[in-house]
Amino acid sequence: MASKQFNIKSYTGFKAITLLCLVVLYAPLVVVTIYSFNASQSLTNWEGVSLRWYADVFTGPESGKFKTAAKNSFFIAIVAATVATTIATLAATGMVRGGRFRFRTVSFGLISLPLMVPEIVLAVATLIFFNSIGFERGLLTILLAHIAFCIPFAYLPISARMQGIEDSYEQAALDLYATKRQAFTKILLPLMMPGIISGFLLAFIVSLDDFIITNFVKGAGVETLPTAIFGSVKQGIKPNIMAISTMLLSVSIVMVTISYFVSKSDNTK
Amino acid sequence: MTDTQQIAIDVRDAVKRYGDFTALKKISLSIMDNEFFTLLGPSGCGKTTLLRMIAGFEDVTEGAIFLFGDEIENLPPNKRPVNTVFQNYALFPHMTILENVAFGLEMRGTSKAEALKKAGEMLELVQLSQFSARKPSQLSGGQQQRVALARALAPQPKVLLLDEPLSALDLKLRKAMQLELKHLQRETGITFIFVTHDQEEALTMSDRIAVMSAGEMQQLGTPTDIYERPHNMFVADFIGETNLLEVSVDGIESGRATCHLGGGHELTCNAVEGIGVGSKVHMSIRPERLYMSDSPVETESLKGRIKENIFVGTDITTIVDLQDGPNFVVRTSNSDRGNKRIFEPGTEMFVNMELGAARLLAD
Amino acid sequence: MAAGAASGGSATTDTYKEARTWLLLPAWVTLTILVLAPVIMMLIYSFLTKEFRGGVIWEFSLAAYDQFFFDRGLFGDDPPKIEWTYITIFWRSIWQAGAATLLSLLIGFPTAYFIATRSENMRPIWVFLITIPYWVNLLIRTVSMKFLLRDQGPLNDFLMSIGLIDSPLHIVNTNFAVQLGLFYSYLPFMVLPIYAAVERYNFALSEAAADLYASKWTTLRRVLLPAVKPGVFAGCILVFVPSMGSFLAPDLLGGAKNFMIGSLIEEQFKGNAGNWPFGAAASMILLTMVLIILMFSARQQAKADKAGG
Repeated sequence: MASKQFNIKSYTGFKAITLLCLVVLYAPLVVVTIYSFNASQSLTNWEGVSLRWYADVFTGPESGKFKTAAKNSFFIAIVAATVATTIATLAATGMVRGGRFRFRTVSFGLISLPLMVPEIVLAVATLIFFNSIGFERGLLTILLAHIAFCIPFAYLPISARMQGIEDSYEQAALDLYATKRQAFTKILLPLMMPGIISGFLLAFIVSLDDFIITNFVKGAGVETLPTAIFGSVKQGIKPNIMAISTMLLSVSIVMVTISYFVSKSDNTK
Repeated sequence: MTDTQQIAIDVRDAVKRYGDFTALKKISLSIMDNEFFTLLGPSGCGKTTLLRMIAGFEDVTEGAIFLFGDEIENLPPNKRPVNTVFQNYALFPHMTILENVAFGLEMRGTSKAEALKKAGEMLELVQLSQFSARKPSQLSGGQQQRVALARALAPQPKVLLLDEPLSALDLKLRKAMQLELKHLQRETGITFIFVTHDQEEALTMSDRIAVMSAGEMQQLGTPTDIYERPHNMFVADFIGETNLLEVSVDGIESGRATCHLGGGHELTCNAVEGIGVGSKVHMSIRPERLYMSDSPVETESLKGRIKENIFVGTDITTIVDLQDGPNFVVRTSNSDRGNKRIFEPGTEMFVNMELGAARLLAD
Repeated sequence: MAAGAASGGSATTDTYKEARTWLLLPAWVTLTILVLAPVIMMLIYSFLTKEFRGGVIWEFSLAAYDQFFFDRGLFGDDPPKIEWTYITIFWRSIWQAGAATLLSLLIGFPTAYFIATRSENMRPIWVFLITIPYWVNLLIRTVSMKFLLRDQGPLNDFLMSIGLIDSPLHIVNTNFAVQLGLFYSYLPFMVLPIYAAVERYNFALSEAAADLYASKWTTLRRVLLPAVKPGVFAGCILVFVPSMGSFLAPDLLGGAKNFMIGSLIEEQFKGNAGNWPFGAAASMILLTMVLIILMFSARQQAKADKAGG
């Protein structure tokens, strides 16, 4: 500790506030994780460690509902993230390697539009849109909506990555007789891969987590995990919800961690 | 150079404009086959732009570029049989050294096995065979530089372009690489076009140098030409160190011009075409071509007083105050101390110059 | 830098200039159809007539906006008075979002500052720690918060067991619970821009201030804060804007008394009781407010950039 020394950078109390901040951020998650292992039927009493609520998720009375919801959620997340990442990769190439052009600012505005429009407004707008063109709500409407709002989440890390890649690599490839397509597939794409993976993972999480938009555009009877959980919670928090939450939470944390380490591995150095 | 030599690169009236800004103003230039040619100039002079136009990364606003007689300025870089060594090497970070060197051959349609074999040979040439399985990041700056060279040479380009390739290296390594480059050029017989802002580097390596400034070519010639016979003030000032004096030409007789500089001092030197009697111009005198003595020597002697001696390692730089005239810088090599004298500050003495040391410059 | 790079090197990032249109086309098409067109359609719907089973009748009407701002009595023929119900809900949303922003700033600034002054290897780890919870499902986070704060929840249990309180604190279904939920939802948005600004800050300036007899807190106020103001501003916008339109935190933590815009809008599209044009109009009003704030902040950002560059 450099406390005795005069340190221009350190302010008393800032460290304490930071630690408090971490406690506030993690306490709810930790508590729910712990209570998901509670053997008790009631929420309040602790009766020892047990996996009964995890078992309940897979075999209990609501298991069928949750299984379908999970299947829907993962299907939508995988497809939406894949499509969004592909679109975002192409768009990033056009934006970052396309030189200056008139619609550049407009294009960027369009790409970041889903981030600027409040989620609830985007949800309303999407619902109204599908309604106005007579598109029946269901899995497909959820998927389309997810593709749209996942694009900026995939785009940002990809374009950031691309801006970090000097264009002298492509020039060297062109100089060494590669066509532009070869320079893209053999040089640019491999160098961008960490950005693409991290963009995909973020899009995947965002899709998996979405509640509001899904809630608006899902058809009757079609549920994803968040809408199913919300429906359940509305009737009171039950221990099996905490078990599902803990599992979903772990998936998110694992994916973000992977994304973090992938984006940290800089293959241009 | 002989007449039988072919022109490798012929730049004809090339102009490059970016909007309102003209980066290159009508450059014409012929670079011979087998030549080590250098484009030299300060940053912003257009030398890199010219190189990139030859490589195909910048389009030519006006004019034409020929490669061994074929017009190439409209070909994309991948259709031009010239290769570049990039300033920061641009080695593909996700490929091994061997894959890097083989890349150009593969793109030209050589089978993978054949390309890798040839790349291996290339790496032997630059003495890096033992590193072929490594990634670029695991090599030192000097080694990366050699890989970049090997990669650019592997497809046997007709001309090799080098964009300040040594600027990222430290002084010692740079000196060693200068020689290595020169040898490599002789061995391969490929035309090298080298871009640098370092005049010493240019003088050391080049067969011919084009000195550029503000988008224009200032002088084209051999290193000796450029150093000894600069055409104008820019070249005299940019290449090496020199005394630039304002003089007025008083008379010209049998090829010798009599000039006077401030304080009533007079000097004669070779007349230069285009500089007539009465013109006020600049004169360049290299400091190492001056020497000092107690008494005037019959050629050209100017009386002055020693202001300061500065020890700079191999040389001693003396600043001389000419009575009522400008200051002179005189350089005495420490190895010459036997026959050339050094005076204490404050001493009065004469500054003498070797025949032909003074040169009149057109501005 | 070499000559070419200085004069025109930036033009070389146009390697894929020719393919640009084709590369951008999928994004243009997808986002135009799935985001831009829906927003426009929503604008149109806000001017249509409501149908009683949800949905609309294609007939122009200002009824939705009229209903939002004016009270014309039960039968619609009284002289118009200002209708305070919805304005109050909007006002509450702004107020709640503002309180949440302030809370985020008070906690977020010291945190961001603390992280930015760690060693270079530690900084990404701290940032990572702060952002992880953000990536956990918002619904799960909010439910967890509710579980923790309940009257019979672990927090109250804990506080009572150490004797700090005798009877449980009623936190859930209060304004404060909503603010806490919003804080919890969007804290990283406050921390990250401030962190970025402090990281770029040249601490020699603080040293110069200290050298010139400024105390630490004076240095913070007079030298550091003005320098990192754009980051603080960006953080506030990034927390305030999503907070205003949030749905989950007020819905789950606030209860019926603490109704916010999000819930008001959501209600209009639930089942048959809803009023689509009214929901669309409320969404349009929210969107307009957000866009004004974003435009204002973009101008502020541009000004700061100009001053800084």
